Amino acid sequence: MDYILILISAVFVNNIILAQFLGICPFFGVSNKVSTSVGMSGAVLFVMTIATLATFLLHQYVLVPAGLDYLRTITFILVIASLVQMVEIMLKKVSPPLYQALGVFLPLITTNCAVLGVAILALGLENVSLLKAVFFAISHSVGFALALILFASLREHLELANLPKGMKGVPINLLVAGLLSLAFLGFTGLV
Amino acid sequence: MAEALNQKQNFFKGIIKENPVFVMLLGMCPALGVTSSAFNGLGMGVATLFVLLMSNIVVSLIKKQIPSKVRIPAFIIVIASFVTIVEMVLEAFIPFLYEQLGIFIPLIVVNCLILGRAEAFASKNNLWSSIVDALGMGIGFTIALTALGAVREILGNGSIFDFKFIAEDANTFILFILPPGAFIALAYLAYLFNKISTKTAN
Repeated sequence: MDYILILISAVFVNNIILAQFLGICPFFGVSNKVSTSVGMSGAVLFVMTIATLATFLLHQYVLVPAGLDYLRTITFILVIASLVQMVEIMLKKVSPPLYQALGVFLPLITTNCAVLGVAILALGLENVSLLKAVFFAISHSVGFALALILFASLREHLELANLPKGMKGVPINLLVAGLLSLAFLGFTGLV
Repeated sequence: MAEALNQKQNFFKGIIKENPVFVMLLGMCPALGVTSSAFNGLGMGVATLFVLLMSNIVVSLIKKQIPSKVRIPAFIIVIASFVTIVEMVLEAFIPFLYEQLGIFIPLIVVNCLILGRAEAFASKNNLWSSIVDALGMGIGFTIALTALGAVREILGNGSIFDFKFIAEDANTFILFILPPGAFIALAYLAYLFNKISTKTAN
């Protein structure tokens, strides 16, 4: 039951982009085409899951016993940055097709605040365990994918719209994101 | 004389022409996430300004020592150290703000504005220009966040900097304190900013 609640809460109620404002940069950056947004979502799912796994273990078995909790931010970002590099190198060797699909998005993910944000948020869960933390990360990346792909499909239609001059580009994208977020607000109270 | 003029341009580009939030769309996560009140926006802006200034100073001082292949991880460590300092100082001295900003304080590390300035400016320019650049960009960011926070607080709560100017029980536009309000308020601010800056350019 706990796990179902985490999933629904992460995907719909507290959507990582539309309600918690994490990962806004890729949300606006790579959402101009549905195909790129699918690629980005896959890369985020992959990295976020592994990163949370690694940082959770590091926090539980190294930082806390050593009383170094205040070094959390530095160690986490280093782990995530090197992990992304490693994943990139390994994918290139092990699975070239997957590398072709995700390759260009991987370096961008280091500075994606959603990955670091979820790694830190996972530590604050109730009765947290490794499995729960990883499930939390997977649910959040599903939420990320949902919001990103929905937004990309909306933007493809926006290309054809006739807009007032100053509204083109940034402002209209923000406004559409606001309306999407408003729609997601309807899920409040579900959990 | 020409030098002084350049520094002036360097300073003001961060506030208007290359405003990080309204024009360049950098550092959007904190800009949207913490601006439910003007005070939070100001606090986040000042914290970011501090980290940006310190990291620009350090990066421009050590730029010759860093091999270019590992420069990005090196910059991230510099930035993360200053973020940890900010985190500890805020927790000790302004616990109220620390709680309000929450997850967005450690996330200053991945604010693309800071890494972006380190990479694009401080690693190529001298100390003095980097300081001026950081101040301009940081102040531009602070102004944008405070303005967004003020608009959302006025519409959503009928107050500004916690000073309430409407009746206690009056209805307010609560939407603007909720997440969608952040996107919508920023959309119209960016629109206004576009209009005004193109008009002055002409």
